Amino acid sequence: MTGVIVALLPALFTSIFYFGYGAVIVTATAVISCVLFEYLIQRFIFKKPVTITDGSAIVTGLLLAFNVPSNLPIYIVIIGSFVSIAIAKMTFGGLGNNPFNPALVGRVFMLISFPVQMTTWPVPAGLSTSYTDAVTGATPLAIIKEGLKNGESISQLVTQIPAPSQMFLGNMGGSMGEVAAIALLIGFIWLLVRKIITWHIPVSVVGSIAVFTTILWLVNPEKNAGPLFHILAGGVLLGAIFMATDYVTSPMNHIAMVIYGCGIGILTVIIREWGAYPEGVSFAILIMNAFVPLMNTYIKPKRFGEEVKNG
Amino acid sequence: MKTFPEGGVHPHENKLTAGSEIKYLSLPSGVAIPVSQHIGTPASVVVSKDDKVKAGQVIAESKGFVSSNIHSSVSGKVTKIDTIADTTGYKQTAVFIEVEGDEWIETIDRSNKIIAEIKLSSEEIIKKCLESGIVGLGGATFPSHVKLTIPYGKRCNLLIINGVECEPYLTSDHRLMMERGEEILIGVSCLMKALRVDKAMIGIESNKPDAVAHLTNLAQAFPGLEVFALKVKYPQGAEKQLIKALTDREVPSGRLPIDINTVVHNVGTAFAVYEAVQKNKPLFERVVTITGKSLANPGNYFVRIGTPIKNLIEAAGGLPDDTGKIISGGPMMGKALINTDVPVVKGTSGIILFPANESKRQESMPCIRCAKCVQACPMNLEPYLLMTLSEMGLFEKAEKERITDCMECGSCSFICPAGRSLLDYIRLGKSTVIKMARERVVK
Repeated sequence: MTGVIVALLPALFTSIFYFGYGAVIVTATAVISCVLFEYLIQRFIFKKPVTITDGSAIVTGLLLAFNVPSNLPIYIVIIGSFVSIAIAKMTFGGLGNNPFNPALVGRVFMLISFPVQMTTWPVPAGLSTSYTDAVTGATPLAIIKEGLKNGESISQLVTQIPAPSQMFLGNMGGSMGEVAAIALLIGFIWLLVRKIITWHIPVSVVGSIAVFTTILWLVNPEKNAGPLFHILAGGVLLGAIFMATDYVTSPMNHIAMVIYGCGIGILTVIIREWGAYPEGVSFAILIMNAFVPLMNTYIKPKRFGEEVKNG
Repeated sequence: MKTFPEGGVHPHENKLTAGSEIKYLSLPSGVAIPVSQHIGTPASVVVSKDDKVKAGQVIAESKGFVSSNIHSSVSGKVTKIDTIADTTGYKQTAVFIEVEGDEWIETIDRSNKIIAEIKLSSEEIIKKCLESGIVGLGGATFPSHVKLTIPYGKRCNLLIINGVECEPYLTSDHRLMMERGEEILIGVSCLMKALRVDKAMIGIESNKPDAVAHLTNLAQAFPGLEVFALKVKYPQGAEKQLIKALTDREVPSGRLPIDINTVVHNVGTAFAVYEAVQKNKPLFERVVTITGKSLANPGNYFVRIGTPIKNLIEAAGGLPDDTGKIISGGPMMGKALINTDVPVVKGTSGIILFPANESKRQESMPCIRCAKCVQACPMNLEPYLLMTLSEMGLFEKAEKERITDCMECGSCSFICPAGRSLLDYIRLGKSTVIKMARERVVK
C-alpha cells in the first residue's frame, strides 16, 4: 500500500497548494479517524491481531479526504470515516472482503446526508484559503448543469468556467484531491512504473467517457460539453486512477477490467447528462462494483491451450 | 527476442556458478541407487546381496513401456537392497553398493574422442535410449524412448531442445552447453534421426550469451539445427511455454506436445543420448550444480547416480552453519530435502543450500484480490480462485476452472504480495481432482 500512498502525494500537495490549511485539517482528520476506527474494531470487536500497519486504512482516509470539499466540518469527516471503515469495510470481514469501495461508500453517504456542506466548494485561493469562512463557488460541472437547465448554451457557459489549461493545473472549485489533473497523472505514471496497477481500468474509463461525450458533442455542441471538459472536470481522473482500480473491488482479469472500466465511463456520462447530480463518477464506480463478483464468475481469461494453434 | 506472451515472473537469477567449470566429484565410499528415478513403473531389481557389479551394469530392469532401466554407477559389491528416503521425502527401494575401484563394463568407450558419425538407425537409437536408461534430465524424468516413439496416427515435424534453464541458481545445463557443446549437438542429431525430423530448434535464455554464441557457432556444421536466444522470463523452460515462445504453437489443454507435431528434449538429455548412442555409456552420471550464498566453493560436478548429497556439500566446502533449507532442483519448483543422505538421482539438476533467513515463509495475509497471480500465471488460470476452491473443498468447480492445467511453476506464490500459500492449496486441489477423474474412469 505504500506505493499507492506515494502515488497520492502529488495530489495531496496540490490540494494544500490550492486550498490551504483546510486541506491539511480534513486530510489529517480522515486518515487518523479511519485508522483509529479500524484499530478499535479489530481490537475490541474482532478480537484479532490488529493490521493497521498494512496501510489500507491510510489509503481509505486519503481517498475519502480527496473526495470532499476542503472546508467540510470535522464532525462530518469523522462520520464519513466511520461509514467507510466500520460499515463499508469491517462489516464484511475487513481487508479483502468488502464488495464496495469503502471511501466511496463514505463519500456517497456524506453527499446524501449533508448535501449542503458536501456541495459548498471553496474557490482556490492558495495557502491562505480560510477553512471556516472560505469564498465559495460552483464547480465547472455544476455551472454547466445549472446553465443548461436555465436554457443557456454551451458557448455562453464556456465563458464562466476556467480554461482547459487552468483545469489541467487544478485551478478550479471541486473536491480537494480531484482538481489537479497533472498531479493525478503523475501518480498514475508512478503506479504504472511500479506495476501496482495495469492500464486497463483507467484507460477504459477515460476512453469510454471520451468516446461517449464526443458522440454527444457532435450531435449537439450547444447542449453537450466536449470530451476534454468532461475528462478534466470533476472526479473522472481521481476515480479512474485511484478509486476504480481499488484491488479489492475491481475485477480479476484484463477482459473484465476493460468491461468494468467502460461501464464506469458510460454510467458517469449518463448521470452527468441526464441525472439529477452534476457529477456521477462515485455512483458509477459503486454500481460497477456491484457487478464485479458476477464478472469474476462469468468472464474468464482465455486459458493457455484453449484454442488449437497447430504447426 | 522471442518469449512466451502471457504471464511469467522475474526472480533474481543468482547464477553463482555460471563460470565454474564442471569437475568430477571423487567417488563416494558407497552409493544407494533408487529403482524409481523416472515417471512410470519402478524398475525391478535384478541383482542380489553380495553380487559384484561394474559401472554401467543393469541392476534394475524396466517394467512395461513407461519405465526405465537402472544401472550401477560404480563398481563394487551389493551390500543390501533396502529402502531410502529420496528427494520427495518418501521411502523407496534402492540398491546399496559398496565401492571397490572404478571398473566399467567393457562395451563403454571411455576415450575422450568425439564421434560425430551416427551409425545406428532410427529404431536402434530408440532401443539404445531404452537400454541405457535415458530419461528427461530437465527434471521431469520422463523416459526418453517413450517420447521418441511416435504414437500411431501422430506425426512429428519439429524437435525442440531445451537449454533455457530458467530456474534461478542452476547452471548445470549452462556449463554443459559451454563444455560439451559438440557432444550435445551430435546428441541432438541422434534425436532428429530417431524422430525422422529434419529441423531442430535450440532455445536458450539470453542471460547465457556465451552459450548462445558457442552453440550458434557450432550449429553451423549441423544442417537443420538452429539456436535461438530467448528473452529471460520464468517459467520459459516449461515445455508448453518453450514451444509457444519458439513456434507460437500452443499445446491444447490436457494434451502433449506430440499432438501439435512437436517433441521437446533437454540439452542434458541430448548429451546423455550422445553418450549412450555414440559411446555406449548408460546413464549413471549427471551434472549437478551445488550452490548457495553461504557455501564456500559452489560449483558444478559430474556426479555418479546414488551418491549421497552430503559428499557434494563436502566437496563444495561443507555445510554452512546458517543453512535453513536444502533444496533439490531449482528454488521455484525444487523440493526441500529431509536429510543429507538423500542420493543424487537422474532428475537432480542442482542442490541449493538456503541460509535460514531466506528459508522462512512470509506470514500469510488476507487476499486483497490484486490479480497479480492471474497476471503471472503462464497458463492463464486464476490461482486465487483455485486456492479458494481447494481450501473450501469445491473440487468439482476447481476441475471446471482447469486446475489440472496447472504445472506447479509457483509463479503465483512468488508474486503474491500477501505471501499466501497459493501453490500448496492448488497442489492439494489438483491431486484430489486427478484422483476423482481416475475414479470416474474406473466406474
